[in-house]
Amino acid sequence: MSWFEKILPSRISPESRRSSRSVPEGIWQKCPICGAQLYRAELERNMFVCPKCSHHMRINSRQRLGYFLDPNTGREIAGNLSPRDPLKFKDSKKYKDRIIEAQKKTGEKDALIVMTGLLKGQPVVVCAFEFSYMGGSMGSVVGEKFSRAAKHARDNRMPLICFAASGGARMQEALFSLLQMTKTSVALATLSEAGVPYISVLTDPTTGGVSASLAMLGDINVGEPRALIGFAGPRVIQQTVRETLPEGFQRSEFLLEHGAIDLIIDRRNMRDELASLLGKLTKQAAPAPAG
Amino acid sequence: MDLNFLDFEQPIAELEAKIEELRYVGDDSELNISDEITRLQAKSKTLTKSIFSKLSPWQVAQLARHPQRPYTLDYIEAICTDFQELHGDRMYSDDPAIVGGLARIEDRPVMIIGHQKGRDVKSRVLRNYGMPKPEGYRKALRLMKMAEKFNLPIVTLIDTPGAYPGVGAEERGQSEAIARNLLVMSRLAVPIVSLVIGEGGSGGALAIGVGDRLLMLQYGVYSVISPEGCASILWNNASKAETAAEAMGITAEKLQKLGLVDQVLPEPLGGAHRDPEGMADVIKNALISHIDALSLQSKDQLQSAREARLASFGRFEEV
Repeated sequence: MSWFEKILPSRISPESRRSSRSVPEGIWQKCPICGAQLYRAELERNMFVCPKCSHHMRINSRQRLGYFLDPNTGREIAGNLSPRDPLKFKDSKKYKDRIIEAQKKTGEKDALIVMTGLLKGQPVVVCAFEFSYMGGSMGSVVGEKFSRAAKHARDNRMPLICFAASGGARMQEALFSLLQMTKTSVALATLSEAGVPYISVLTDPTTGGVSASLAMLGDINVGEPRALIGFAGPRVIQQTVRETLPEGFQRSEFLLEHGAIDLIIDRRNMRDELASLLGKLTKQAAPAPAG
Repeated sequence: MDLNFLDFEQPIAELEAKIEELRYVGDDSELNISDEITRLQAKSKTLTKSIFSKLSPWQVAQLARHPQRPYTLDYIEAICTDFQELHGDRMYSDDPAIVGGLARIEDRPVMIIGHQKGRDVKSRVLRNYGMPKPEGYRKALRLMKMAEKFNLPIVTLIDTPGAYPGVGAEERGQSEAIARNLLVMSRLAVPIVSLVIGEGGSGGALAIGVGDRLLMLQYGVYSVISPEGCASILWNNASKAETAAEAMGITAEKLQKLGLVDQVLPEPLGGAHRDPEGMADVIKNALISHIDALSLQSKDQLQSAREARLASFGRFEEV
C-alpha cells in the first residue's frame, strides 16, 4: 500500500483493492445495493437481508433450510444421489472436473437439497436449490431429488415447499436436463391430484428451465422481494428486442403486477406466512394468539 | 452459390445444375444426351450418399433448419385429410408460430398441433420464425384439453428454435405457459405422439412434446439449448457452435442410443426436402402404428405408462 492510499479514507480507496478483499470471511460485509457496511453476525441474524435497504442477498441452501425449518427438525432425504456424466461432456473444462470443483466449493453433491422437517410443528418436505453449485442448474440429480421429494410429500401427505434459485437446465447433461422439466412436472401433477399443497418460492434468480417447470407450478407461487424471475435472461431479451428493458423488468414486483405470482414475502416473515397459508390449505386449527 | 443448398450440399447443387442445363439443351437439340444425364444422375446420387453418410452433428443441425425443409402445415397437408385449423387461446390472441386443429389420418380423427415456420420473408415474420409466445402454448393446451374431452389422440410436430425471448412474452408468463403444458400433458388421458420434424429447441419444443412416444426424423435435432447459445455461454464464443453441437449430442441417432427417443424415421436420400411426399408417407405410417397401439390401452394404463416413462429420464448414481 502506498503512502497516498494509506491516507485515503477507506470509502474512496481504489476499487481493485476493495474487491480483492475476501468479503464473506470477514467480520464486515457490504450490501451490494446500498453499499452499507454491515456487521456479519448481525446480518446472519437478519437472514442476510440488509437492515438498511431490505435487499435480500443470495444465501446457500443449508442456510435457507436452517432459517426455515423448526430448529433441529431437518432430516435430509435422497442425499446419496450424485451426478454422472452420460455425454462425457467437455467445453473449456470437463464436466467431470466441474462437478468435482462445484462439490468442493459447496460441500454438496449436486444443486438441490431436500429435507423433511417441521414448520411450526407441521411436518413438511422442503427443497432448496444451491445456486453456487453450477448456477443451481437442473440436471438428472436435481430432477430425481425433486421427484422423490414430491413422492415423499404425496405418500405422507406432507405439504411440499421449494425454494428455487437456478439459471435453468444444466447444459452439460443436454437433453437429459431438458427432460427433468417433464419429470418434475409429472411428479407435481400426481402430487396435485392427491390434494397435497405445493408452495413454490422463487428467489433470486430463477430463470430458464426451472422457472418454466417446477418453480411456476405452485398452488401458490411466492417471490422474494426484488428476485430476478423469468424464462429468458434479460441479456438474451435485450439482444433480441434491441431496446432498453422496462424498469424493474423480471423482478418479483413486476411478476406480481403481471399476475404470475401470488404474493411477495420478506424472507424474515417466510416461516410465519407460509405456515399460515399451509394451515388454512390443510385445514389446521388456527394457532393460539401469541402471548 | 445456390442459396437453397447448404455449404456441404454445394457439390450436389453443381451437379444438379449441370443436369438441368443438359435437360434444357436436350430439349432443343438433336444430340442424344440422355446417356450423359443418366450418368450424371447416378453420380449425383453417389455423391449425395457419400456426403450424407458422414454428416457431423452441426451439419445435421443445419439440415434441420434447411430453408427448403417441409414444415408442419406441409406435412399436415400431405398426411391428413379434412384438416380444419382452430385458432386462439381464448385469453389474449392467436399465435401463428403454433398451428393446430382437427384432422383425419386415414379416417382416424386426431388433434394435430405443431410449430410453424415461414418460408419467405413475410411469412417468416408472421410466424415469428417458429418461436411461440405464451398464447401459442395456451392455444395448444386448449386444443389438447379438447382432444381429451372428446377422446381423440394427439399428434404434435416439433420444429422451433425455442420459445420467443421477448418483453411481451415475459409479461404474459412465458415460464408459466410452458410449465403448465408440461404438467397437463403429463396426465392427459388420451394418446400423445410427438415427432421432431426439424429443430427441437429447448423448453419451447418440450412444451408441446410431452407424451407417450417421442419420434424424430433422421435429420432432426433436439437439445436443451441451441448450439450457438451453448457455445456463447460455455465457450464465450458463438462461433464454437459446431463444437457445442458435437458435445451436446443433439442428433436423432445419438438421442436414440441414449434411450431418449423411441423411434427415428429415416429420411429420403439428401433429406426430407428432396422428397417431401416420400417423407410424409413414412411419417404417416409411423403415426398410424403408434396411435393404433396406444389407442388399445385403457386410460389408467396410458397414464401410468406415461408417468413411468417420464420419470425414467436421467442418469445419476446412488452412493
